[in-house]
Amino acid sequence: MSANGKRTVTWLPEIRTGGFRGALYGDTDPADLGGYPDHPPRMGFFTDTSVCIGCKACEVACKEWNGVPEDGLNLLGMSYDNTGGLGTDTWRHVAFIEQRKPLALQDAGVSHEGTDVLALAAEGSGTAPEQAAMTPTTRGPATQGGPGDQFRWLMASDVCKHCTHAACLDVCPTGALFRTEFGTVVVQEDICNGCGYCVPACPYGVIDQRKEDGRVWKCTLCYDRLGDGMEPACAKACPTDSIQFGPLDELRERADARLAQLHQAGVADAQLYGRDPDDGVGGDGAFFLLLDEPEVYGLPPDPVVTTRDIPSMWRHVGAAAAVMAAGAVAAFAAALGGQR
Amino acid sequence: MSQADVTRQGLRGKRPDREAAPGVNVARRWRGRRRAEQPVVPPAEFTSYYGKPILNPPTWQSPDIPGYLFLGGLAGGSSLLAAGADLTGRPVLAKVAKSGAAAAAALSIAALVHDLGRPGRFINMMRVFKVTSPMSVGSWLLGAYVPAAGVAAVTALTGRLPRIGAAATASAALLGPGVASYTAALISDTAVPAWHDGYPEMPFVFTGSGMMAAGGLGLLTGLLPGARPGETEPARNLALLGAVMEAAAFERMERRIGMVAEPYREGRGGKYVKAGKALAALGVAGAVLSRPGRVAAAVSGAALLAASVTTRWGIFHAGLASAGDPRYIVIPQRQRLNERARGDDA
Repeated sequence: MSANGKRTVTWLPEIRTGGFRGALYGDTDPADLGGYPDHPPRMGFFTDTSVCIGCKACEVACKEWNGVPEDGLNLLGMSYDNTGGLGTDTWRHVAFIEQRKPLALQDAGVSHEGTDVLALAAEGSGTAPEQAAMTPTTRGPATQGGPGDQFRWLMASDVCKHCTHAACLDVCPTGALFRTEFGTVVVQEDICNGCGYCVPACPYGVIDQRKEDGRVWKCTLCYDRLGDGMEPACAKACPTDSIQFGPLDELRERADARLAQLHQAGVADAQLYGRDPDDGVGGDGAFFLLLDEPEVYGLPPDPVVTTRDIPSMWRHVGAAAAVMAAGAVAAFAAALGGQR
Repeated sequence: MSQADVTRQGLRGKRPDREAAPGVNVARRWRGRRRAEQPVVPPAEFTSYYGKPILNPPTWQSPDIPGYLFLGGLAGGSSLLAAGADLTGRPVLAKVAKSGAAAAAALSIAALVHDLGRPGRFINMMRVFKVTSPMSVGSWLLGAYVPAAGVAAVTALTGRLPRIGAAATASAALLGPGVASYTAALISDTAVPAWHDGYPEMPFVFTGSGMMAAGGLGLLTGLLPGARPGETEPARNLALLGAVMEAAAFERMERRIGMVAEPYREGRGGKYVKAGKALAALGVAGAVLSRPGRVAAAVSGAALLAASVTTRWGIFHAGLASAGDPRYIVIPQRQRLNERARGDDA
């Protein structure tokens, strides 16, 4: 139990739940679990935020392809992020983070700190030959530790994680949320009755209820496009290949190589998020390469699918119900004694 | 792309596209020196994305959902009280308990359907049965319980079909504890920290609260004509047991879950929880001291009912508060990661 990080509750007899591994948590093939005997490979996204330029083409492409309504034109005062976060009408969200941190070995290459511009001006047109090439965009010497070196701008396109163990799907009482043959999680809008259970169940804050229509909505990983062998709209629109779509196995390999490359280059903070099939949700179908801790991007650092604990929850519910029944018997028995 | 030159040897000066490492391109010459001293980011205590919540807040509305949590407990407890009253010959208590259970059950269904985004589609709850979804389990449970509680009440009030009434009373009593306790799994089976982390104690808080509410309703019976002395004695016992159980389980939960318990003490949720505790203490004291005074006992009963209501409201609002503050997500998860990392090092 403790080997996989599962918290044990010690004050009730522990019943072995080893049989739930795979079904409720841990590494597994979700499409197999979903009852597809013969299915295509699991598809997903690898979002490499280190090459994201914050153009928001993914947000636009997603809205256009999926017919997602406009959800407010606001200025949020959060850098260039005027979208806010994932929700019922935002299925791709580009986060912008401004930090006083050096971005590895970044140098904008426009620092002229060692240059005395007044002296240059005083020279008039008689600029010394060695300085003749100096223009505002000429590369100066790389600086270390100066103010220009202490800024980085992180951008990351967030999306539904299409968890291996999806809490939204597990708690849906109508079966409106289902697992596709590609291992993704999709809402059937003709079945959802808007109970809203999936909303607080999602550990990432992805799915939400559309107020005007009462139902819940989220990224479908463009299920309609996948069926025709096309890549999702956001990945198609991404100009830098920050959003990469493909079979999950392949994406994981590619991500591992990319991480090694960045570490080699000295980007020590680079980390994969949602890549590990042994994490709290059994790994994400849509995972990320981040340049800082997940919470900086508004992602939970160690999400766990709530239904991992459902066997224990039901045991406690059963015990409490039994205690209640016993309490009622005791209440009448005590009254019997009092009556005599 | 425009900067690349086409040469016989292929493209020269081609940009690295998605192979680009941030910054490396520019300051290549520093790489050798800097690799030894890679940028060290001090271990962050708490950071968030502009302080925004990580979870989307529950869409569940007050009074529908906290009201439902209360009504489920009241109904379940009342069905137990009703069956016991039938068996021990307490007809007035039985009638009150059966009516209370049926009314609470009917109201709770109304609250649940009203809270749906698409109330017309409530029947879709019966499409599937899923043990991973307490709402699905609860729908089926209520599907069996509500008719039983209804038939038990109608037969008791009209005095017709006594055998069917007895069977319905027994069925409702059998399902009652489930109705009162499953709602704990319902709210705990979410990512809401204050709800999920409290899952081991929450069912005991809920059944205790349900016993307290049903006992409180039973104590009101003493005011009715025809109530014998001793008619409400089991109700008093049930209420006292429930109040103690709720308080003990709540205390245990608050201590065990650490900082995530803050919303149960602070803010809107905290105010309700405090009020609930005060009302429960008042009701318990009144119920113990009022013997055999009927009016004082009924007032105590009302206080115990109110205590159950406010506690459910407190739990509901504390959950909303914990979902809306990224601290309750990030800090415990970060601690968990740090502990795991330390464990791996050791």
